[in-house]
Parts: sequence; C-alpha cells; structure tokens
Amino acid sequence: MGLAPRRGKPRVTHETVIGLEVHVQLETASKMFCGCAVEFGAAPNSRTCPVCLGLPGSLPVLNRRAVELGLRTAVVLECRIHPQSEFHRKNYYYPDLPKNYQISQYQYAGHPPLATAGRLDLDAGEASRTIGIRRVHLEEDTGKLLHAEGRSLVDYNRSGTPLMEVVTEPDMRSPEEARLFLAQLRAVLQYAGVTTGRMEEGTLRCDANLSLRAPGGPHGTRTEVKNMNSLRSVERALRFEEARQREQLARGEPVVQETRHWDEQRGVTFSSREKEEAQDYRYFPEPDLVPLVVDDAWVAQVRTGLPELPEAKRRRYAEVFALPEHEARLLTATRPMAEFFEAAVREFNQPKIVANWLVGDVAAYLNGAGQEIEEAHLTPTALAGLLQLLDRGTLSGRLAKEVLEEMLSTGRTAGEIVKDRGLVQISDEAALAEMVDGVIAEHPGPVGDVRAGKDKAVAFLVGQVMKRSRGRANPEVVNRLLRARLGAR
Amino acid sequence: MASRSLADCTAWELRDLYARGEASPSEAVRAVLDRIDAVDPALHAYLYVDREAALLDAARWDGRAGRDDAPPLAGIPVALKDNICTRGWPTTAGSRMLEGFRPPYDATVTVRLREAGAVLLGKTNCDEFAMGSSTENSGFGPTHNPWDLARVPGGSSGGSAAAVAAGAATLALGSDTGGSIRQPGAHCGVVALKTTYGRVSRYGLIAFASSLDQIGPFARDVRDAALLLGVIAGHDPADSTSAPRPVPAYAGGLTGEVRGLRIGLVREFFGEGIAPGVADAVRAAAGVLAGLGATCDEVSLPHAAYAMPAYYIIAPAEASSNLARYAGVQYGHRTEHAEDLYTLYARTRREGFGAEVKRRIMLGTFALSSGYYDAYYLRAQRVRTLIRREFAAALERFDLLLGPVAPTTAFRIGEKAEDPLQMYLSDVYTIPVNLAGVPGISVPCGFAGGLPVGLQLIGRAFDEAAVFNAAFAYEQATPHHTARPPLAASPPSSWDSPRAGGSRA
Repeated sequence: MGLAPRRGKPRVTHETVIGLEVHVQLETASKMFCGCAVEFGAAPNSRTCPVCLGLPGSLPVLNRRAVELGLRTAVVLECRIHPQSEFHRKNYYYPDLPKNYQISQYQYAGHPPLATAGRLDLDAGEASRTIGIRRVHLEEDTGKLLHAEGRSLVDYNRSGTPLMEVVTEPDMRSPEEARLFLAQLRAVLQYAGVTTGRMEEGTLRCDANLSLRAPGGPHGTRTEVKNMNSLRSVERALRFEEARQREQLARGEPVVQETRHWDEQRGVTFSSREKEEAQDYRYFPEPDLVPLVVDDAWVAQVRTGLPELPEAKRRRYAEVFALPEHEARLLTATRPMAEFFEAAVREFNQPKIVANWLVGDVAAYLNGAGQEIEEAHLTPTALAGLLQLLDRGTLSGRLAKEVLEEMLSTGRTAGEIVKDRGLVQISDEAALAEMVDGVIAEHPGPVGDVRAGKDKAVAFLVGQVMKRSRGRANPEVVNRLLRARLGAR
Repeated sequence: MASRSLADCTAWELRDLYARGEASPSEAVRAVLDRIDAVDPALHAYLYVDREAALLDAARWDGRAGRDDAPPLAGIPVALKDNICTRGWPTTAGSRMLEGFRPPYDATVTVRLREAGAVLLGKTNCDEFAMGSSTENSGFGPTHNPWDLARVPGGSSGGSAAAVAAGAATLALGSDTGGSIRQPGAHCGVVALKTTYGRVSRYGLIAFASSLDQIGPFARDVRDAALLLGVIAGHDPADSTSAPRPVPAYAGGLTGEVRGLRIGLVREFFGEGIAPGVADAVRAAAGVLAGLGATCDEVSLPHAAYAMPAYYIIAPAEASSNLARYAGVQYGHRTEHAEDLYTLYARTRREGFGAEVKRRIMLGTFALSSGYYDAYYLRAQRVRTLIRREFAAALERFDLLLGPVAPTTAFRIGEKAEDPLQMYLSDVYTIPVNLAGVPGISVPCGFAGGLPVGLQLIGRAFDEAAVFNAAFAYEQATPHHTARPPLAASPPSSWDSPRAGGSRA
C-alpha cells in the first residue's frame, strides 16, 4: 500500500489511539417504544403503528426487555449501573425519522445514561489489556429511505427498533487491538443473548475514532471512520487511516477533524465532506417518558439469569469434553461457533473428532473465504453426517477432507457428494486383492524387503495400492491383505 | 317551570329521564343536534359534527340506556376538542397543517367514552395546537362566546366551553396546558376541570407541551363534571406519565359538606391587573364557602409571579420538538412548492402553521439551543420546581387554594389578537397550577358586566375529589351555574321537561 509508513527515517513514533462507538440491535421481539414486531423482510410499512409512525397524539412506552438486555450488557462489561437514568430527545429533521426527533439517552452533568465506567479485558495471552467502557445507553433506530425512479420512499418497519450504543474509552492502541476488542465484545454480547451481532446485516455497527499522539503527549486530532461492515474491514480501515494520518503528520500537515467513510472496494477512507461544526440537537429530557429506575433486585435478577459466557463455556469444554485449551478457545470464540459445535456433538457424539474438524479444516476454509461459521454452507447435521461416513469407514480421511471442501463451497451433503462422485471407499476384499496382487507383482524389491522382515516396506506397498485405487481403497484392509500374502505379521 | 329542551338537561338529568323511560337517547341527541344547527352558525363551536353517526349511536342505546346495567354515559351526547384523536373523524387540532387528517386510531379518552356509552357528536374548535387563550388562533376561524357573540369564549378549548354553555353538547372534553380548560370555562360560565398531571391518559391527545398537557371535563354542573372525569380518569399503559392510582367514585363522593375545610386565598391572585368585578365575585364566593363552615385565610405564593415566564420557556421548548413532525412527509399539509428536502420542510411549515404557533416554535427552539439551554430551559425548570414546592407547602397548610380563574371576563374578539403579551396575561392565574401539576377547577361564581366569572379552586395532587366537593358545596348554595346564555334560551324547544332542575339533591 502506497501510504504504508516509510521505515528507516528517524522520526517520532506516534502512538495510535482508537476509541469505538458500537451500535447494537437488541434481540427483542418488539420495538423499543411500541408493540410492533422487530422483523426484517416484511412488506414496507407493514410493521408499524401510530407510535413508531410518530402519528399525532401517540406516546412511547419503554420496552422492558430492551432495558434488560442493556442491563445484561452492563453486567458483563462490569459497568456502573445507574439507579435512575433518563431518556432525551435528539432533535433533527430527516424523513426516515418520523417524529423528527430520536429518543435516546444523552449524557451530561448529573444525568447519567443506563450504565457507565465498565471494562472488557482483551484476551490476548501475555499482552492482555483492559479496554474501558465509557457508557452504555439505549435508543431507537430510524426508518429506511428507498430511492427509486426519481422518487424517495420511506419504510418505517425499522423505525423504533431497539438499539444499544456501547462507547469505549480511547484505550485501543492498534487496529489489530480494535478488531480483537470488537470480536470479543461481539462474542460476549452474542453469548449474553443481547444481539445477533451480524455486522454484515447491520445488527452490529461500529464507528471508530482514531488519532495519533507523541508518546506521553496530548491526544492528537481525531477522525471518525464509518461504514465498516465486518471485523476485517474495521482492521483494514483503521490500518489505512493510521497510515494516512502518519503520512499527513510526516509531511508536516495537520490532521483535519472530520468524518471519513471506508470504501471496502478501493481499500481507502475518504472524507465525507460533512460540516464538522457540531450540529445542535437541542437535547432535552423526553417528557413523554418517566425516568428509568433500576433497583438492585432487578440487577441481581439479570445477573442470575445470564446465559453461559465464553469463559465459563471454555472451561466446561476443557473439562467435560477433554479438549485442549486452544481448541476450547477457538470453539467458544463466537456464540454461533459454540452452538455449531454443541449441535454437531449432539448428532455425532465424539467431541474430540468434531472439535478437530471444526478448528482444523472447517476453520481453515472459513478463514480463506472470509466467512463466519453462521454464514457457511454447512450445518451441524451435515458435518455430523460426514463424520459418520468417516467413522463407518465409508470414507477415508483424505476423501473426507475433499468432501468437506465441496460441502462448504456448495452446501450439498456428504452423502450426495459421495454418491455423485463415486467416492465410496473400497473395502471389498475381492476387489482389493486384485490390486494388491498387481502391486506385489510390480514391486519385487520392496516385496523382498518385507519378506526379509523389513516391516517399513509394508507402508510403501500400501501407498502404492492407495495410489492405484485413487485413494478409495480402505487402507486397513489393504494392510491386512498385503501382510497375509507376504507372510508378514 | 318553563319549558326546557333536552339539550339543556345535565347528564344526570338525562340518565334519570332514560331510567324512567321519559326520554330516549335518540330524542336527547336529536335535541342537541338541533341546538347545534340553531346556534352553531353564530358560535362556530364545532369544526366537525357527525349527525348520522351520533343518531346511529344514540339509537343503539334507546331502551337500554336506562337499565341498571347500562354504562355511566349511555346515550349521553359528548363533544371532543379537536386535538383529541378520533378514529376516522377529522382531527386537526385547529390547524390548517392537519386539514383533512383522519387518525387511524382513537385516543384513550375516546375509547373510554365509547365504552362508557357516550354518543360522540363531533369535534370542537380550538386555538391551533391548543396555543392561545381566545380560540382566535384556530386555523378555521374563531368561536364566539354564547353570552356575547362579539366576545371570545376563551381558549384554547373555546369550542368545548361554548358548546356546553349553549346546550350544543351535554358534556365535552378539553385540554389544559396553561389554563385552556379553566379559562374558557370561566368565560362561558360552565364547570371546567384541569386534572392532576397524570390523572388522565394523554394517549391520542395531540401534544402541545407534554409535561403540562392534561385532558379534562366541561359540564354544566359539578356532578356532571365528576361523572365525566370518573369515566376518563385512570392509569393507561399506553401513557407512561399516567399515574397507576385508583380512581375514586367522584360523583358518588359529593357530600356538599365543607365544615372545617381550610381554604387559602392566594394573595398574588388578587393583585394588579384583576378587574374589580372579577375580584368582587371571587371574594364573595369565598364568603359563601366561609358561610358554609369553611375557614378562609390568605396565603402567599411569591414564586407564582415567575410562573408565566417559566411557562413561556418550558411549553414552547416542548412544543418546538412536538411539532417538528409536521413537515409534509407522512401526513397533513405538504407544500406544492418543494424543490428539495429543505424547501419541503420550510415551505410546508411556513404555509401550514399560523403566527402564534410559529412564534412559540421559535421561542422554544431558541430556549433549547446549545449555549442558551442552561440560561433558559434549565432555569425555567428550576422555577417550576420552586413553584411545585410552594404549592405543596401551601396545600399542607390548606385543604384547597382559592382565587379567580382569569383576571377579566371574556374580552372582545380582536381586542388582544395583536398583543401576544396581553393575551398571555389572561392565563396568569391558571399557569402556576399547571406548573405545580395539581388539579384546578373553574366554577361559575356570578357575573361582572353581564359576563360570567369563574371561581378557581385548587387542590392537592390526585385529590380531585376534594376540589369537586367544595365546588359542589358552593354550587348547591348559589344559583350561578343555572344561568344559561340568551343564545341557548331562544332556540325553539320541542320538549317539556317534567322535572327540570330537579335532579340536584
């Protein structure tokens, strides 16, 4: 990349400072302030009512479940939960905002949001660090504008969808760390049942603030980077932005405070040319809602009701399934992966084998394809089916790997692939005996070695039979036949 | 007893007549509709009347309204201020901005009225978005005072007050943010109650200032107002600010007994600016209550003087946000001259809103602006807290506070239209009560210069029962509430009441 920092030239090494604002769509059945279903793909404006349409006279009523999910987040992030918080109106005009104000929780002196001052410990082995959580607050989503045929239409189905915003302290020191934090935050939120956390679908969105500073110096001017739609793009965008700011400073030019958009295709951030003068949102306490009161009993109830979190799950995997630490860690890295693992084990009860395949071949494929397990063309049932074929000896290990690859790329089942490609392992002794005899006839040297008691040569001969069968021969049967014929034990 | 139309009967009288089979809901509703036909061309109390729907509704109650198991307002004709949502009926809040808007849902009070058997007549005129004290700010022309057609009925609920006074509705609902029920009640000579904030659901009330707005009843006597409040009051899960408290039996609890009641006359409500005739009538009313055994002493509410400036920060601030949704996107008026998003908003709002609404939106926008918030909005909220405490303290020493509703009787149409400050001052005795959040009633207490004067009784939060009872005691002892405007007396009457006026006891 042309903007990568030049090396060799002596200069002050600036420290990178990153803070994240993460918007999370809460996994509730209904919207934040009305009873409408949170549901995607429904006909436009079919999931609406007077409240989320902002009709005259309508009033909001806070969704208790959304508060609970906010509290779960606050608990797992070890935040200070405020016994009383308020909602505010953020006033601005836009057609996707039916009331022309958004109900949110603004923070100012004496008016805390739901929770503040939390932490998340980055799980990075030796280099483990703590990232501070500045605040957790609740708000409502907007509708969606659709532009078509020179007209603009509004779909209010999303209007009023419950959102939670998690704002970190500027505690991350590299794009890698930002990605790691986000992955970990997403994992705990998924585990806690707070959100599906799918960045591609927008149920988890992340904006980042990045600045550079001389060691021990004051914070530099920051830019806000938006439009990053995956963990990987967060890291890429921040790496670009970090390099861009470094170049800028190296040239002696100041960094301009602005909002920049990440262009995934071109791999660059570009200025959105938005006016940086702060828009005046005229926040004031939402008079249609009463203060949100959270007592200790509620928090305690939320705490005891928390689902199993990654750390506990990891310990359980290590103990109950006797998995090595690194495998347990990989399997619990995201909730969908853990759920996949547990579902596959339910259908193929050999946890170690399932784990080996998931962290091995499956993970390798996903990495290469840039996919998450939940996006892959693979179901727990399909993986279990493959492992059953392997277990029964229908497939060899080598064939199984081939079949898995095809399953992942096409979504077909192992049974279908095996049948279509005639991949079934040959265990029939009569068929194999013919091949074994052929190999014995062609390789008198190694045959002599075996007869002379050099057992190693058996492996060579087995390999030759496998080659002749194009991998389909059952190696155990071949081994047995060879030894029987050559008088080896 | 002179011949009397069913249109002039109270709700309780109608209930008795229905029970005895001496009148039917259809007859009563027809009488009121006829009265509307007769008087409304002169009054303009209504923006919408659905004659057909009302007669159909009434017919459903014929024969059933008088039964023991009939709901409390079975067959009783009721009008609604036009800022209360009615499914399928126009609901404009008196604004051209909402001309043609028919909400797809009923306000909670509308639902409760329907469930209580009320026959809804139509929608009454009001100042645009309830902003005003004369009903002159209506986008559809002013309402006239039935006592003197050259005068305003007060506002913003002027249509409801005028309709009830003229027999063009038996009962009506209005909304009160700074006096909009009590002041027109006083100017039209009817009973009008502003309830404790949170007593009545605001769901479906087109918001002006959310932290102050309350829906309340208009009636021709206290018992009727109590009957109506009993129907609409109570917690509503759809309004987070409505109080989850039980609703007492208001009408059943009226004893008329005030012996030992401690009443505080608010000194600041009798100061500069009050018309002598008004002060005299109100002081005389205090004397009547004292004569019935209550003790009356002066009480001072020094911070009440700051209520008006605080109100004109808080209410416009909330309004500037509440009215932001009227922008031509989803419903209501949309400019035909939109070139882009900005001009769509700007021209729609320029064309759709009247001058007073624009004035308040600008005031409120300014007050909430960054850099001014602390100096205006926050300070106004502090004043509000002081006023609330001051009322609470006074209402510990006294069971009720007493004063006038408005400094003058109804003024002439056009008299204050060009002077907003003079107009605002007509709410100087009602606004503090809204900021304190406590209930206040306007009860007819005589006349000054031939125009009705209203007595204001103010009670403790959620103690509407005490307010009603004192008002009832006063009413029992005086004839003022029985006086009807000349307009109501002249229309032809087709029905003779066998026991007119006999229902009070």
